Amino acid sequence: MGTPRTLFEKVWSAHEVVPETPETPAVLFIDLHLTHEVTTPQAFTVLRERGLKVRRPDLTIATMDHATPTRTEQVFGGAPISIESAAQQIRQLERNCADFGIELLGLQDSRRGIVHIIGPELGLTRPGSTIVCGDSHTSTHGAFGALAFGIGTTEVSHVLATQCLLQKKPRTCAIEVAGRLGAGVTPKDLILAIIGKVGVAGGTGQVFEYRGEAIRAMSMEQRMTVCNMSIEGGARAGMIAPDDTTYAYLADRPRSPKGAAWESALARWRELPSDAGARYDRTVEIDASALEPMVTWGTNPGMVAPITGSVPDQRGDPVIDAALKYMGLQAGAAIQDTPVNVVFVGSCTNGRLSDLRAAAAVLRGRKVARGVHMLVVPGSQEVKRAAEAEGLDEVFRSAGAEWRESGCSMCLGMNGDTVPKGEYAVSTSNRNFEGRQGIGARTLLASPETAAASAVRGRVADPREFLNG
Amino acid sequence: MQAISAIRSRTVVMPSTNIDTDQIIPGRFLTTTTREGLGKQLFADWRYDAAGAPNPDFVLNKPGSAGCRILVAGRNIGCGSSREHAPWALLDYGFQAVVSSGIADIFRNNSLKNGLLPVVVDEATHAWLLANPGVEVEIDLATATLRRPGAEPVPFPIDPFARHCLMHGVDELGFLLSQDAAIKTYEARRPA
Ligand code: SF4
Repeated sequence: MGTPRTLFEKVWSAHEVVPETPETPAVLFIDLHLTHEVTTPQAFTVLRERGLKVRRPDLTIATMDHATPTRTEQVFGGAPISIESAAQQIRQLERNCADFGIELLGLQDSRRGIVHIIGPELGLTRPGSTIVCGDSHTSTHGAFGALAFGIGTTEVSHVLATQCLLQKKPRTCAIEVAGRLGAGVTPKDLILAIIGKVGVAGGTGQVFEYRGEAIRAMSMEQRMTVCNMSIEGGARAGMIAPDDTTYAYLADRPRSPKGAAWESALARWRELPSDAGARYDRTVEIDASALEPMVTWGTNPGMVAPITGSVPDQRGDPVIDAALKYMGLQAGAAIQDTPVNVVFVGSCTNGRLSDLRAAAAVLRGRKVARGVHMLVVPGSQEVKRAAEAEGLDEVFRSAGAEWRESGCSMCLGMNGDTVPKGEYAVSTSNRNFEGRQGIGARTLLASPETAAASAVRGRVADPREFLNG
Repeated sequence: MQAISAIRSRTVVMPSTNIDTDQIIPGRFLTTTTREGLGKQLFADWRYDAAGAPNPDFVLNKPGSAGCRILVAGRNIGCGSSREHAPWALLDYGFQAVVSSGIADIFRNNSLKNGLLPVVVDEATHAWLLANPGVEVEIDLATATLRRPGAEPVPFPIDPFARHCLMHGVDELGFLLSQDAAIKTYEARRPA
């Protein structure tokens, strides 16, 4: 028997084309390259300038999500896209994919959606694989036991041209989650609590591996929510060992291996979980059963408090003072006194079917409070169809919320879906940075349950008060 | 990419911690399809008011900041989005190095690939630099040290390969392309 190895080490070493030396980083092979309209144009320019081809178009797929419209008439009705530069970027991706032979799930494709939602949905995301995208939330795919991380546009050009990246081996951090989450407490609350604990730079240079009872009990969609926000804790990647939940999710997906290929893949995947006694560079422990729903009060995802708590009172700390000034919140104020103007349910963090179901369960038979604008944006066209088949769109509409076509939308406001200046938005997305959802927008990150409860009440609300009732 | 050996400049100081890439260049500017000309959008929401006029309180709009090529920032600059537009905007504006006590991973990578030097110094040096804006600093890549007035040079970590590329103006894509034989061998044994 060799030395016990972690999940990360197994995936890393299986992809070393050339191992790391003291002088040179490792050359790492990439199994799946996801691309979208925003972070690729300049990479294709590099290929053109140097007369290069895409080495493995078969391992590359493109979609559009960040700058795309969510209004049906602009997606399907031929109405002009509100932002001309976004329309141009979309056309440029179409041209680049045609010129370089890359499969594109374009604006009107029924399989289009946020890149991190459609990868798993199509069965492209697989255990033990390496996955990159010019997008930091590529960490989402780690939920399947993949090593998945975000890269910059220069690296996108490297992968397009060589299907490889130059990488230095990161360190590992085990996040041991004991116990089970209580009723009304969600994976989003868990990951916000983890970020609050490790800090927004706590995972720099590390790959997280989420472990423990609470993680094993989660569905794949829930695991994706956790891995998605690894980057908010500073880690480039977060991983979860594959298990029967993973295999059941992947079986029969459109692009999953079939027949004998499935059987041999499954045999390989079963070898992936970290060996007993494998060593991590660091371990963080958290008790899931002690958690409450969590809401951010500041301008980064680590500025987070339990919903029954209050805005911290640490006057004199310049970082906190600046955050509270931007947020227009008072030190010591109860979190649940925060007013709400906008509620956004969507994004690659919480834009999957189970998230929409959770929000709809709170809204069913209730109304969005007067003066609150609620926007529900499914993470993909597939999620949209499935939600409509269950009548969730009707629940949202009759509560007074807007129901749109899929995309990133108000998560980053590139397509014109923005939060007005100074307004408070309870958002199921992943970043509450200044101006992220629009100039001067004030974002409070929370779960879909908390977002829906807050929409009903018109100020931040504890979703547990809306359960069973 | 141009070869870099040393950078000498006065500093601009932005002491906030966790300056994320959404601040360095807001998302609404990412519909661009080129990497040029992003300097005017650098720190747009801090630098300009709602009407587009320069905000006189923002450090880059102060007269002493003109021509400074070294940005000293609070811990964990560059966190958040992987947008390479952040180093592109900093470079286009005129910065050549970012100094902090901690720099987020993807931003650091993206910076290295574009010739923007990410320099992580110890806490004491960092605190001194934050407290002394506008001092003349020299960043020497050959020795991987930062010199400031009245103190010994302090070392900063830099990956030897990245340093080689920066000092010789070598781009990593050329190196990767030269690995073609090894990539072919790997592809041949890779499970389908
Ligand atoms: S939903 Fe938000 S975080 Fe996710 S990929 Fe889109 S912009 Fe990025």
